[in-house]
Order: sequence, then C-alpha cells, then structure tokens
Amino acid sequence: MAPEPHSLMERRPEGPEQDLRRDLHAEHQILNMGPSHPATHGTVKFLIELDGETIVNLDVQVGYLHRAFEKECESGTWYQAIPYTDRLNYNSAILCNLAYCMAVEKLIGIQTPERCQWLRVLAAELSRLGDHLTRCGAACLELQAMTPFLYGIEARELCWDLQEILCGARVTSNYVRIGGTKHDMPPGFPAAFREHVGRIRQLLRDFDDVVTSNRIFVDRLKGTGTISREDCLRFALTGPLLRAAGVPLDLRKDQPYLVYDQVDFDVPIGEVGDNYDRYLVCVEEMHQSLRIADQCVARLEALGPGPVNVDDPRVRWPAKNHVFNRMEELIQQFKVVTEGPEVPAGEAYFAVESANGELGFYLVSDGTAVPWKVRCRPPSFINVQPLPLMVRGSLLADIIPTFDLINMIGGECDR
Amino acid sequence: MDDFGSPALRRLLDAHQDAVEETHAHRGDATARVAPERLVDVMRFLRDGPELRFEMLMDLTAVDYLGQEPRFEVVYHLYSLSGNQRLRVKARVPEEPGEIASVVDVWAAANWMEREVWDLYGIRFRGHPDLRRILLYEEFQGHPLRKDYPKEKRQPLLGPRN
Repeated sequence: MAPEPHSLMERRPEGPEQDLRRDLHAEHQILNMGPSHPATHGTVKFLIELDGETIVNLDVQVGYLHRAFEKECESGTWYQAIPYTDRLNYNSAILCNLAYCMAVEKLIGIQTPERCQWLRVLAAELSRLGDHLTRCGAACLELQAMTPFLYGIEARELCWDLQEILCGARVTSNYVRIGGTKHDMPPGFPAAFREHVGRIRQLLRDFDDVVTSNRIFVDRLKGTGTISREDCLRFALTGPLLRAAGVPLDLRKDQPYLVYDQVDFDVPIGEVGDNYDRYLVCVEEMHQSLRIADQCVARLEALGPGPVNVDDPRVRWPAKNHVFNRMEELIQQFKVVTEGPEVPAGEAYFAVESANGELGFYLVSDGTAVPWKVRCRPPSFINVQPLPLMVRGSLLADIIPTFDLINMIGGECDR
Repeated sequence: MDDFGSPALRRLLDAHQDAVEETHAHRGDATARVAPERLVDVMRFLRDGPELRFEMLMDLTAVDYLGQEPRFEVVYHLYSLSGNQRLRVKARVPEEPGEIASVVDVWAAANWMEREVWDLYGIRFRGHPDLRRILLYEEFQGHPLRKDYPKEKRQPLLGPRN
C-alpha cells in the first residue's frame, strides 16, 4: 500500500523549510451549497468539488419544489390545469397560461379572434418584461449591488400594476383561457399603460447607467459562465442563453404564432455566450418587449370593440346576463364549468418563446374531458443542466452570476 | 407509408423505411413511430443526415397507455435549427423489461430528460451514464406518473440519514 502522501509522519523529518514548499491542499474539498442559499434565487442544491477556490466538478440537484404538476393535471379537467400553469414560472405566469391554452386550442383545432390575439401578445410581453427585470435585478442583488435591484423591482411593480389592471391579479393572473382571454382590457388601460411605461423606460435608463458599464459588475460577468454555440445546441438551450451565444433563434420570429408576424421587433444576439452577453441580451429584450407592447395597445385602440373569445360552444362560457335569464345558456354554463370541454383524441405539441426559452406543452387526449397526459417542456430545467460545463475550472464565486442569468425558476424546473 | 408533405419524414422513410412502423401528422405535427431496436441509428441519421440536421432534442418524455400492449411510448421532439422544422419520433416500450436505448450519445440534453422519465415512469435507458432519480429522492417508492400509481398514495417517512 502506498503511504499517504501528506501524512504528518511523513512530513516531519524534512523540516519546516521543506514543508512550506509543499502544496497544502492536495485533496479536493466537497462543498454543499444550498438547497436554501441566500445568493441563489431558487431552491437548488450544488455539490461542488473544489480545488482551493477552483471548481473541479459540480453536481446540480434539483427537485425541491416538485409538486406533481403533471399528475395533478391528469386528474382534473382541461380548464382546471390553467391555474397550475400560473405556478410553473411564477415570474411570467401569463406566458405559461398562453403556452398551455394554445396547445389545447391546437389539439381542439380552434382559432382565436384577432382582438384576443393582440391582447395575448400584450399580456405576454408585459410578463416577459417582468421576468427579465427580476432576472437582471436579482443578479445585481446577489453581486452585492442593492440599488439597481430596487430600480428593477420598482419597474416590475409597475409591470405588475399593469397586469393587475388587465387581469385582476398581479402574479398568478390566470388570464389566458382556452379559446380566448378572461376578459377584454378595461377602458382606462391605455392611459395607465402610457403613464407606467414612461416611468419603466426611465427606470431602465437608470438601471443601465448604474450597472452596464460598472467596473465591478463587468468584471464579474465578462468571461464567466461561457458556453459555446455547439454546446448550446447539444444541450438544447433556448432563449437568452442561446441568443447570447450568437444563435438568433426566437420562436416569435422563426415560427410566428398569434400576431407576432405583424409587429416590428428585433432579436438581439450576443457574441461569445458569457454572462455579460446574456445580461445585454436581456436588457435589449426588455426594450423590444416595450416596443411590442406599444404597438399592441395602439392596435387594440384602433381595432375597436370585438369578441375576445372564440365562438365555439365547446369551450366558450356564455354571457352572464344570458346565463341568469335563459335555460339553454344556463345548461351550457353548467356543462362547461362542471364537465369541461371534451378534447378530441390525439396529440399535439405547441411551444411559445417564454422569457427563459422554448416553453412547450405536449398534450395527449383520449377524447374525454380529462387530459391523458400534460407534459411541460420546462426551459429552466433544460437550461440549468449544462451549469457544470459553464463553471468548471472557474472560481466558486462565478456560480452566482452564472446561475442568476440562467434564471432557473424552481416552480418551472421542478414542476 | 405516407410522408404527409413533411420533407423530414420523406427523407427518413427513404433511408430507413424498414425502421419506421407508422407515421401521422395530426394537427400538423409530423410524427414517426420507429422500432425501438433501431432508435439510436435513426436518431443519429436525423441529427447528421443531409437536409435533416436535427441538432436539438427539444423534449423527451413518455406516455403510459395502461391497458395497451406495449404499455409505454417514449416521445422525442426534435428541432432543426438550419431547416427550422420539427419532427416527433416515438418508440414503444413494453412494461417488461421496460428498457430502451439511451440517446445521450446523440444529444447531451437527453441526460436529465431520461433521468426524469426513469424517475417518474420507471423506464430504464440502456447506456445512460448516470441513471439516478432527479425530481424525487432516492428512497421514493414507485414511479408516480404511471397510471396505476394512485394520487393519494403515501410514502414512508424518512428519518435523518446520519
């Protein structure tokens, strides 16, 4: 048996001078980070193998927020799954509603009216803006910069105020429904929108002034967490991570849904795929989201009143004044609410561009009112997988900005 | 077999007609069900084949068709960046032995997705480098997304490990 290389017995005869030249930390240290760590906004555990301060290997352990999303969906009606989708990515709940409802609509084979589509785009972009604000704000906070976090959170509050006017709720909005939206935008919305968006733009400028060319921030982000274009594709990364590596894949442009082919916006891309590129891509996407939202509000005003729900008795809720006064509508309301729509047998996959990347739903129906299978393709889960590849060989502290800008949302990752 | 106007399905059928069991394009999603023993060959061809180039494995999941034989179906959603097209590939897995070849060597993204399917459906992936549970804990009994796993089932309480 070989002697232990650094046992005290072996060291002693060589004298103190020899001892100083030795490498003291020859053995790797295992560090347990999480599952509840103040510098990671997400419940996740890292088992880190360290050589001094350098990361040798990393095991990411997810699943702490698993609450059987798919199993629950399989025991209710198609409608009853919508509130669960709110709680997947709670930063951008409307995008999750949207992906699920559009997948069900694809499976049924219905098209929503034009006004509904503009409303959905508007709601989706407000949601994306809120998500990016949280990502960038929290990234600053965890790098010890409190002020930009407060700018970001104030802007997010304004975003959520707008969502509240539109949907009636701030976070888990449950706004998008199968075949339409919960209701049209209220009359005062455009005025509130213009007022709030002016302030949000000012806050984004302030955020930019404090952070984007800040020496400490740039040093922490530039050259850390880099992943190449090829690795992005191998690991099926999507969203800002993939775009930061220089691939202009955005489902809103490449496979347009709703009315995204009728709005003007640009898809920002990065060059090297490090954390700084990710940050810049997210900041530019916030400006683009505001640009799309502006166009949506202008268009909704120009369109004038119209239906926001598809005229299909299978999924449409009858008007309340009719429910209270007519027998047929009462029966239909009763059937839609208690039994839910029967979705024709088959399977469908539909994906939207969420704030984190491709958020898809793969649905299987056996022809009844209860889903046979509801699979969510969670961008957070898939994007966090190559984290060891991104941080291997860099310093322990580099996990923080990398993990922040991946923006793993526990609710969506663990489902 | 019909290609339903999908160029990817056409190329797959031309090259591997014998491996494809069924095709359909319900709601416009081009789908091919392939023989499980040919799965890895077909996947490699779909990734590298000319004018196919499905570089990304967007999603991998399974469906439990309890009562049918074979019972499970593993479903792969592929995306081609260069061709901006999608393809769904499926393969059936019987309950016994409940095993299919892993595609981790074809797409690294399959690693966690296959772990999740093992965790929730109990389908083993032959050749997977590290097939552990991922969303649940090691001591969990059963595979909860199987249709015969009752939703109300309780799990034994665990004491501290050390």
